[in-house]
Amino acid sequence: MHYIPNILFAIVLISGIGFFVKNVKKLARNIKLGRDVDISDNKSQRWKNMTMIALGQSKMVRRPIAGFLHLVVYVGFIIINIEVIEIIIDGLFGTHRVFASIGSLYGVLIGAFEILAVLVFVSVTLFWIRRNIIKLKRFWKSEMTSWPKNDANYILYFEMVLMTLFLVMNATDVHFQDMNSGNIMSQFIAPWFSGLSDTTLHFIERGVWWVHIIGILVFLNYLYYSKHLHILLAFPNTFYGKLQPKGQMDNLEAVTKEVKMMMDPNVDPFAAPAEEAEGDVPAKFGASDVQDLNWVQLLNAYTCTECGRCTSECPANQTGKKLSPRKIMMDTRDRLEEVGKNIDTNKGEFVEDGKQLLDNYITREELWACTSCNACVEACPVSIDPLSIILEMRRYLVMEQSAAPVELNNMMTNIENNGAPWPYNQMDRLNWKNE
Amino acid sequence: MSELLKVPTMAEFMAQGKQPEVLFWVGCAGSFDDRAKKITKAFVKLLNKANVEFAVLGTEESCTGDPAKRAGNEFLFQMQAVTNIEVLNAYEVKKIVTACPHCFNTIKNEYPELGGSYEVMHHTQFLKTLLDDGRLTIEGGQFKGKRITFHDPCYLGRANNVYEAPRALIQKLEAELVEMKNCRRNGLCCGAGGAQMFKDAEKGDKEVNVERTEQALETKPEIIAAGCPFCNTMMTDGVKAKEKEADVAVMDIAELVANAQDL
Ligand code: SF4
Ligand code: SF4
Repeated sequence: MHYIPNILFAIVLISGIGFFVKNVKKLARNIKLGRDVDISDNKSQRWKNMTMIALGQSKMVRRPIAGFLHLVVYVGFIIINIEVIEIIIDGLFGTHRVFASIGSLYGVLIGAFEILAVLVFVSVTLFWIRRNIIKLKRFWKSEMTSWPKNDANYILYFEMVLMTLFLVMNATDVHFQDMNSGNIMSQFIAPWFSGLSDTTLHFIERGVWWVHIIGILVFLNYLYYSKHLHILLAFPNTFYGKLQPKGQMDNLEAVTKEVKMMMDPNVDPFAAPAEEAEGDVPAKFGASDVQDLNWVQLLNAYTCTECGRCTSECPANQTGKKLSPRKIMMDTRDRLEEVGKNIDTNKGEFVEDGKQLLDNYITREELWACTSCNACVEACPVSIDPLSIILEMRRYLVMEQSAAPVELNNMMTNIENNGAPWPYNQMDRLNWKNE
Repeated sequence: MSELLKVPTMAEFMAQGKQPEVLFWVGCAGSFDDRAKKITKAFVKLLNKANVEFAVLGTEESCTGDPAKRAGNEFLFQMQAVTNIEVLNAYEVKKIVTACPHCFNTIKNEYPELGGSYEVMHHTQFLKTLLDDGRLTIEGGQFKGKRITFHDPCYLGRANNVYEAPRALIQKLEAELVEMKNCRRNGLCCGAGGAQMFKDAEKGDKEVNVERTEQALETKPEIIAAGCPFCNTMMTDGVKAKEKEADVAVMDIAELVANAQDL
């Protein structure tokens, strides 16, 4: 009987973590549905980017208010997790505040956690106010309805509750209060519980303790379903982020091969194409669905925080066009999730569902509104590249479907015939000299 | 005036068995667009004045393929690129200067993988080195004390991190450089990039160039400086849409430098 709490705890902990691991595997599988890209270059620069951008939040602080509040929550989150280690040890071995044995340093530590907990609580409340009362424009765009909007608020509530639980837990812990150090903040809450019997207090403390650890496990598992996944994926995502100059768009290798063949006078145009037999020519050019994107783009989609910094900088969006780079990322994730579920229900095989990313999620109107200005890429605090997806989908429209707007077709015909996007003769190129 | 322009071609240099210091890549806009041709000429005047041995490809130049690529036509882009690279490599070109950020970006970043590696400079960077080296000087000049705001071209600024060269030139004119609320890496697009120049904008409540022009006008400038022929067109149209063309001029940095010298 004595061990029941420990066993119960172990079960809760293992199922919580087990479920999380299961989802992480699914996540990895979904990301691998994307095309392969080789990203083994420039390791040192990549580590540097990850350290600066994900760990050091260098791009977050470009917007000072949001950046500062985020920093508090982020630092708080990481540091308070030390407390979780203690909870786990206590839970498994039936100890109580096992770290207390380190002496006065324990008081300092818990004191610091308590201060952070309050700061996190305040920051999260301010975040909530910005979203729901001040209604910052970027949180109220058309793609931010239903789930995305609720998700953001749920996360905030979760954090408020977890922080409160942590403080109440300390405030009702008679043993801890006895130590008389570290309860810097909880001492102000403790009086709320004065007059209660020791048994009742102990009962509350245990209850809050359990709710707290279960809450953390639930939150951990909530990540997968939420934009909050960015707390984990921001790290790989900034590591694998684009290193080339922003203006450089990748050259499609498959096209290079074909172009070289077309231009090479030594190639027999009637010879059977050798490459296709080897299967290294892709089934199609560009992307109409998530499987046509590369895995970094899919990782990008899962990493998106839906913060909308990209969209608020986007010139197309600012002038009322349908395009929103955030929506591009959200659509990619939604479709990828749908494809993943399809695979799950069909025993590991994707069964054609008559849908795709293009048209069912992202419209052509959105794609054609992009000026390729890279403002979204610059703005994203976690190195996401919405523009690369837009370009990939335009490639599909143009090279597979010949579905460019008429004016662009004219432009392209002009380039083909005259070597200029306008209908002027290449022989007139130097006329300006004598005009 | 034009009879004073010296514009040798690569073919002419080749015939003499010589290599120019730099190839001036004029670009489609610079070759054909009436407004952009003025920028081209202003830049050539400066090159002549600084005694830079440069050459153009003339009729051997073709579109870099930038708008095709960004529209999604990778085939057409690579056809253009490979053809251009063949020409450039045949002339053993090492260094290229261009007044078009789109040409600049494409040749600099996208040609190397296809076999064309060159040192590529935007004309503002090149002009700055001419001034720094004392090959070109600006004295006094009509822009002294004038309020000038600079519109960062996306393909020069954000795409390639070139923010300071154009600003340094404006400051050399002893003009008063005023920044818009969105500048440098936060600059707002003029609306022409990504092949938008060649089509109507999608439905919205405003044109991008008007939005950007409004930001520029907020700084109460006498001149809006640009460093891209497409930005130039967009901002000029924006100023017209706001009926401000009598008070505010849109000029390329090359024109500012050339005019300061009364070239
Ligand atoms: S690159 Fe396209 S999507 Fe991104 S900000 Fe510019 S116009 Fe918007
Ligand atoms: S792409 Fe980046 S900037 Fe845009 S919403 Fe997602 S996280 Fe924010």
